[in-house]
Amino acid sequence: MDPVVTTAPPPSLEVTGLAYAYPDGHQALFGVDLSIARGERVALLGPNGAGKTTLVLHLNGILTAGAGSVTVAGLPVGKRHMAEIRRKVGIVFQDPDDQLFMPTVREDVAFGPAAAGVRGPELEARVLKALGQVGMAAYVDRPPHHLSFGQRRRVAVATVLAMEPEILVLDEPSSNLDPASRRELADILRSLDVTVLMVTHDLPYALELCPRALILSEGVIAADGPTAELLSDADLMSSHRLELPFGFDPKSVREKS
Amino acid sequence: MGAGHAHRLYRHGHSPVHALPPHTKLTAVFCFVVVVVSTPREAVWAFAAYALLLASVAYAARVPPLFWLKRLLIEVPFVAFALLLPFVAEGERTEVLGMSLSVHGLWGAWNVLAKGTLGVAASVLLAATTELRELLLGLQRLKLPPLLVQIASFMIRYGDVVADEMRRMRIARESRGFEARGVRHWGVLAKSAGALFIRSYERGERVHLAMVSRGYAGSMPVIDEVAATRAQWTYALTLPLTALAVCLLGWTLS
Repeated sequence: MDPVVTTAPPPSLEVTGLAYAYPDGHQALFGVDLSIARGERVALLGPNGAGKTTLVLHLNGILTAGAGSVTVAGLPVGKRHMAEIRRKVGIVFQDPDDQLFMPTVREDVAFGPAAAGVRGPELEARVLKALGQVGMAAYVDRPPHHLSFGQRRRVAVATVLAMEPEILVLDEPSSNLDPASRRELADILRSLDVTVLMVTHDLPYALELCPRALILSEGVIAADGPTAELLSDADLMSSHRLELPFGFDPKSVREKS
Repeated sequence: MGAGHAHRLYRHGHSPVHALPPHTKLTAVFCFVVVVVSTPREAVWAFAAYALLLASVAYAARVPPLFWLKRLLIEVPFVAFALLLPFVAEGERTEVLGMSLSVHGLWGAWNVLAKGTLGVAASVLLAATTELRELLLGLQRLKLPPLLVQIASFMIRYGDVVADEMRRMRIARESRGFEARGVRHWGVLAKSAGALFIRSYERGERVHLAMVSRGYAGSMPVIDEVAATRAQWTYALTLPLTALAVCLLGWTLS
């Protein structure tokens, strides 16, 4: 723990000098530094192969850093606190079919808290609360593969919310969603009182939801600032293979949140 | 458990048999089959008694006879072998409808047919009154190796996903003008099967990642406790106990 006594809560996520090379020698991260305060919504942007997924897998200790450290709400990610870290960091993976592996929605949402030892009425309450937050409480006894893709993505978010995480990490949350499901998910994410790190290619979505953005490129954080500013910087964008959709002008969008 | 996995074998209902906890039903069916198999084949009347017992269970479960009999057809490929026995077995022979059949083979065929049919009939009843999901909970409760139960539950969850992937691959093949005609095309089908295997394997890895991320550490957390009262156990075990009485009678009389 930090010996210095501070009144402010520790940042939800603090990454310092994180470097990682895969066992085959391919180095994916070259010293990543970032800090996310409690309650912030931050977008992590970057082209394919920039190391975004590798970074995400470090946040809950699935990959262990070659150098540097990751701290979640003041708790260092490591073997000693693994169960606690995995409860605090809720990762929503890209394909909900990977995330939803239990036979019914209820059991799937219950999986995380049950693995942490929650039982009985408290477990039931957690499940209903998490499903309520994403507007899926009516589907509690349905098998996940009978739901639409958008519904499955929302349930996937609920499976993580049920663990009452410190930080919610979403990997490409808007991929494969139709515009209505996209907006519904945005409304849900905005309504949550939790720190959010959103990994995405979807730049308008990042602008809509996240006041702050980071650009990860070639294994380092290449830029960190207000999303609207980064997206308006044409040189910065093109040097990191980030492109806005045709006809989209970030300056024309009024800030929402 | 709601509409859940409304499998084709399952018949939704609210009979006393439906309401029994799954592990009592599993135990009852297992014991019943063991008793049936250990009955001497010469005690023909005993098998009639077993059939009556099952029929009364079906009546209590409100499973219509036609539904039940139709599902028994699954047995057909397995009993084909039994029908061959009288023709190929050695030993004393007898004349039936002008054909020379082995007496030993006839008894063997009867043995396989009667015991097989009763076993399948009992299993069909179990499947008709118990949801797949509940069966898994029952197996878990009966302390089956947890890994086996997990594998079975993943098969239920991902069966449709893999089947869907297979269907998409078939559509992609056919969209490019492929049609499986004869042996020359088996290579293509084999490669598709290989690709499907690799895709499923990779999905398995991703699912494992998602599980580990939510605190999985080698064993499934208990989410639903199933418990049975003494009365429920007694009710479920009436079937195998009655069958046991019949079986013992069969041994003493023959």
